[in-house]
Amino acid sequence: MLTDLIGIPIQALAGQLLLGLINGSFYAMLSLGLAIIFGLLHIINFTHGAQYTMGAFAAWIGMTYFGVNYWWALILVPLVVGLIGVAIERLMLVRIRDIAPLYGLLLTFGLALVIQGLFRHYFGASGLRYPIPPLLSSGSNLGFMFLPHYRAWVLVASIVVCLATWLVIERTRIGATLRAAQENPGLVEAFGIHVPRLITITYGTGVALAAFAGVLAAPIYSVQPQMGADLLIVVFAVVVIGGMGSILGSILTGLGLGLIEGLTKVFYPEASSVIIFVIMILVLMVKPEGLFGRAH
Amino acid sequence: MANTTTVSPGIAPGTALEQDDKPLHRVIFVALALLLIAAPFALYPVFIMKVLCFALFASAFNVLFGYVGLLSFGHAAFFGLASYVAAYTAKFWGVTPELAILLGTAAGAALGLAFGAIAIRRQGIYFAMITLALAQMVYFFSVQRPDFTNGEDGIQAIPRGHLFGIFDLSNDMTLYWTVLVIFFAGTLLMHRLVHSPFGQVLQAVRDNEGRAISLGYRVQRYKLVAFVVSAAVAALAGATKAIIFQVATLVDVHWSMSGEPILMALVGGVGTIFGPLVGAAVITTLQNYLVSAGSWVTVIQGLIFIFCVLIFRAGIVGTVAHRIRRGL
Repeated sequence: MLTDLIGIPIQALAGQLLLGLINGSFYAMLSLGLAIIFGLLHIINFTHGAQYTMGAFAAWIGMTYFGVNYWWALILVPLVVGLIGVAIERLMLVRIRDIAPLYGLLLTFGLALVIQGLFRHYFGASGLRYPIPPLLSSGSNLGFMFLPHYRAWVLVASIVVCLATWLVIERTRIGATLRAAQENPGLVEAFGIHVPRLITITYGTGVALAAFAGVLAAPIYSVQPQMGADLLIVVFAVVVIGGMGSILGSILTGLGLGLIEGLTKVFYPEASSVIIFVIMILVLMVKPEGLFGRAH
Repeated sequence: MANTTTVSPGIAPGTALEQDDKPLHRVIFVALALLLIAAPFALYPVFIMKVLCFALFASAFNVLFGYVGLLSFGHAAFFGLASYVAAYTAKFWGVTPELAILLGTAAGAALGLAFGAIAIRRQGIYFAMITLALAQMVYFFSVQRPDFTNGEDGIQAIPRGHLFGIFDLSNDMTLYWTVLVIFFAGTLLMHRLVHSPFGQVLQAVRDNEGRAISLGYRVQRYKLVAFVVSAAVAALAGATKAIIFQVATLVDVHWSMSGEPILMALVGGVGTIFGPLVGAAVITTLQNYLVSAGSWVTVIQGLIFIFCVLIFRAGIVGTVAHRIRRGL
C-alpha cells in the first residue's frame, strides 16, 4: 500500500515530520542566538528562554491592549525586547565581563527567574490564546497530508531568518568584524572598532532573535510563563550536540534534531521527550566537542 | 581552557586550610552542635529539619562548584530520585526509615556515577548545560512513570516508621535527633573530604587543570569521585526530606529545585564549608516568610541571584572569612 509505511499511515508520518521540523526551527533559532552571544560574550544566556517567552507575551499584550496585529508584532516585538536586552547588557552583563563565565550563567539564570515570576504573577500560569493571523488561518490538502498555512509560514520564516543571520555573519563586513572580534578583541579594537558597543549590539541581536521566535510561537503554543524555560533546556542539549563553533552547524543540528524528535513520536512515542537528551549522551561519548565543535 | 573552569579569584578565600584554622573549625562545629541541640526547644523542629536538609543539599552542590569548579545545574535529579526511592520503599515495601534513606542515597549515588561519567567529558559552561539536560531526563521519567512516582499527586502519606525498628519517628523530637545525626555525618564527611590530600588535588584541578594533569594526576577520576560524593550527599538530603515531610513529588526533580542549592551556596559563600549552611538557613527562612507571596518568591530569589553575582560574590561567610583572614 502506498498510504502505509511499515504500518504507519503516510498522513500521520508527514504530519509528525512537519511538527518535528517546526520544533526544529525553534531549536535552530534559539541555539543560533545562544551561539552568537556565546561567541562574543563567552557566557551562556540563561535568560534566552525568558526572552523568547517575553516575545510571545509582548505579542499577546500588543494585540490585547494596543491592537497591534501579528505582522506588526513580528517587527516591533523583536525591536522592543532587543532593546531590553541592550539595557540588560549595559546595566549588568558588562559588570561581570572579567570574571569567570560561569557567573554569567548564574546572573542570567537569576534574571530568567525574575522575568518568569513576573509573568506568572501578572498573567497566571495557565496559557493565553493568541489567534492565528487571518491571512494564514486556512490550510491546503497536499494529497498525502493536510498543511496548515501558518505552520508552513513558521517553517519558511524561521529558515529565512536563520539563513539571513548566517549570511550577515559569514558574508558581510560587519559579520567579518564580529568574527574577528571573537578571535581577538584587542586587535579589532586597535583597528578603531568600538568592541564594547559591538558586544552590546550582538547581545541585543541574539535577544531579538529569541523574541522573534517567541512571536512566531505565540499562535501555535499556548502563551505561558514556563514556555521558554522548558524549551531552553532542550535547546541546551541541542547546543551541546552541535557545538557552538559553527552558525550553519547550529541551524542544521536544530532542524535535524527536531526531525528526529518528530520521527520518534511516530515510531516510539514514549521516548520522544528524551530522545534529544539520549542523542546528547551518545554524542558526548563519541565526539565530546560536539558535531560541529572544535576541540580545544 | 583553564579559565573556563576556575572560579574567579577572591571567591574562595578559605579553601587552602592552613594548620591554624583547624582549631577554629572545631570550635565552630561544637558551637553549631550546641546551637542545634538547643534550637528545637525554641523553634519549630520541622522547620529546622528542613533547613538541615537543604544545608546538606547546598553543601553537596558547593563541594563540586566551590572546590572543583564544576557548576552542576542538575542536582535536583539526585535529590528528587532519592526522595522518590525512599518514599516508595518506605511506603510500599515497608522498610525501616534508615533503610529507605540508605536505598535512596544509593540510588542517587548510582545515578551520580552515570551522569558524572558523561558530564565530566566537558568543562565549564558545557558541563552546566549537560547536567541540566541529564536532570531533565529524570524529570520526564518521573512524569511518564506514575506507577513509580504517582504522577502529579506524588507519593503522599509516607510512613516515618520506626528507626532500627525501635524508635518511633512519628515523634518530631525523635526524628529531629536522627536528622541532626545525618546532617553532621554528611557535613563532617564533606569537611574531611575537602581538607584531605584528595581535596587538595580537587582544588588544584579547579585552579589549574592543565597543571594538575601535567603533575600526573588522573584528573577525570578525581572529578568523577567528587561528583559521585556530591550526588550521594544530595541524595541523602532528598531521601531524608521525604521521610520528614512524608511526601515526594515532581517538585523535587524539577529544574527549579536544582537552582535552590546554587542560590543557597551563593548567598552563604561558595567555596566555604559553613557558607552553604548559612545560605540554607537564610533562604529557607525567607521562603517561610514569603509563603503567601506566590510568584513573588521566584522574583525575589532571582533578584538575590543577581545581587549576589553582581556585588556580593563572596557571600556571607566568604565575606566574614575575608575580614578575619581565616579559612571558613
